[in-house]
Amino acid sequence: MKTLDRPRSTAATGPPEDGTRAAQPFWTSRRRDQLAGYLFIAPQLIGTVVFVLIPLGLVVWYSFHEWNVLAGTFHSVGTDNYHKLLDDPKLPGVLRATAYFSVGLVVLNLSLALALAVLLNQKLRGSVVFRTLFFSPVVVSLVAWTIVWGFLLQKNGGINAGLDLIGVHGPNWLRSEGTSMLSAVVVQCFKNVGLNMVLFLAALQGVPRELYEAATVDGAGRWRQFWRITVPLISPTILLTSIITVVGSLQVFAQIAVLTQGGPSGSTTVLVYYLYQQAFTFHHFGYGATLSVLLFLIVLVLTVIQWQMRKKWVFHES
Amino acid sequence: MSRKLSTRAKLLLYGILLVLCVPFVFPTWWMATSSLKPAADIFAFPPKLFPDNPRLDAYRKVFELQPFGHQYFNSMYIAVVVTLGTLAVSSLAGYGFARIRFPGQNILFLVVLTGLLIPSEVTIVPLFQMFHDWGMIDTHWPLILVPVLGAPSVLATFIMRQFFIALPHELEEAARMDGLGRFAIYWRIALPLARPALSAVAIFTFLHSWNLYLEPIVYLSTPDMFTLPQALTQYVDAYGGPMWNVQLAAASLTALPVVAVFVFAQRQFVEGLAHTGLK
Repeated sequence: MKTLDRPRSTAATGPPEDGTRAAQPFWTSRRRDQLAGYLFIAPQLIGTVVFVLIPLGLVVWYSFHEWNVLAGTFHSVGTDNYHKLLDDPKLPGVLRATAYFSVGLVVLNLSLALALAVLLNQKLRGSVVFRTLFFSPVVVSLVAWTIVWGFLLQKNGGINAGLDLIGVHGPNWLRSEGTSMLSAVVVQCFKNVGLNMVLFLAALQGVPRELYEAATVDGAGRWRQFWRITVPLISPTILLTSIITVVGSLQVFAQIAVLTQGGPSGSTTVLVYYLYQQAFTFHHFGYGATLSVLLFLIVLVLTVIQWQMRKKWVFHES
Repeated sequence: MSRKLSTRAKLLLYGILLVLCVPFVFPTWWMATSSLKPAADIFAFPPKLFPDNPRLDAYRKVFELQPFGHQYFNSMYIAVVVTLGTLAVSSLAGYGFARIRFPGQNILFLVVLTGLLIPSEVTIVPLFQMFHDWGMIDTHWPLILVPVLGAPSVLATFIMRQFFIALPHELEEAARMDGLGRFAIYWRIALPLARPALSAVAIFTFLHSWNLYLEPIVYLSTPDMFTLPQALTQYVDAYGGPMWNVQLAAASLTALPVVAVFVFAQRQFVEGLAHTGLK
């Protein structure tokens, strides 16, 4: 056995034994392999602890404090931030906006992604070209994509101009409370739906064709086949994409910041945007930390619910 | 549902697909063509699909108003460093968790997996405080360290682990017989086999870094340090309104090179993500 190829492993573990001798009292080849295991995972493990777990602990700790990073003041305020959270007149609107965005995005994104995947899964020439086109916004820089849509959705922008040509007078999409959030959902949906589409497409291609043939023989129509065969068989992918999309939707920030800045009258102020405003615009870091705790709890609860659902209705191949 | 379709069904399908393409393709087209229009024509009615007399004024302004070349370089080098760093960290950890047995392995894997549960927005306040204490505000360190070592790389580690678990044991046994150490096995045998997983990880890591917006606006304050997404929103007139043609020119410069690479290599892109990405 040779010693490990990583020089620092021997340096870090004290006097290296002569690598050519096989059986050592302590550094057996099994122990050495275990050490290699720890060294392999060390960067990721230390990184997770330093940049995820410690900050998570700190965010809870900070939520009981109020301080100013720039002025260097820091003092305990007990549960004040949580009372403030419960009494915050803006919070119900923020949570409503967040829920509107998440539900709207998940419904629109998953149904469009599945529809596109089913269309592209037909035997059709040129479907790769369409797949490329549907996927292309994924690689367009998020802020660039949002700027263009912001431009298109202006009162006198491209979309209303197009509508005018067919005699419809469009609203001021981003400046009316009724349409601002809808606009944000649509912009985000077209940006990333290609990702879910590709995952669905891969899942659809894994459905055995014999099942459809058998169903056709039994006289089941296409619509019935879709609900009775396709959907159950790709349910693991539906679950996966819905988790990714829900968690992603709760993180939405850039689109809101660029499109509407949370307006008009707070109608698009989602949780992360509100958190950012409180912490980094108004310098209420303690309250920002409290909002972070709330965001974490929401993500945690939703993930647990989705994993529970998985047990209930997801089809298992094995 | 791949069966033979009648000609009529095919035509109908093409029609539907073409209509569906519009919201995906038109914005990019409108961005590129509008950036060539003079500011006065940008909201002209009826809208013009092709600019009458294309000019590059807006592109000149992009570089005059901000150190755009510098900002371009910032985004580019940060994305490259983050991608290489993530590939190293996640393939090492993925290999370690998948192929080496050591005490506490499962617990430590769960510890790492918590990164998947905690969106980076949750920890932005304490991370800001940490980087402030370390004197790293208005530097690129937070934009590199957190993605490479923190929550974003955990997904990459998870993908790499899934990939390495599926590798046949015989390959490693043979290498061990030949006297190769763990690192040599990882480097010479496992990594070359992992190319599909590595390219999927590389693609989404690059895009994630390239798109980052919250973190740069939290950590950076000097225009010379800005990254592209942040720089794009800075092209505003004296009243704070966007200078549309300049913003669109800058957006085109940001988006089009990546789109070009994508169209060129779309097969690896899409299939890499589909097959190793997130299953």
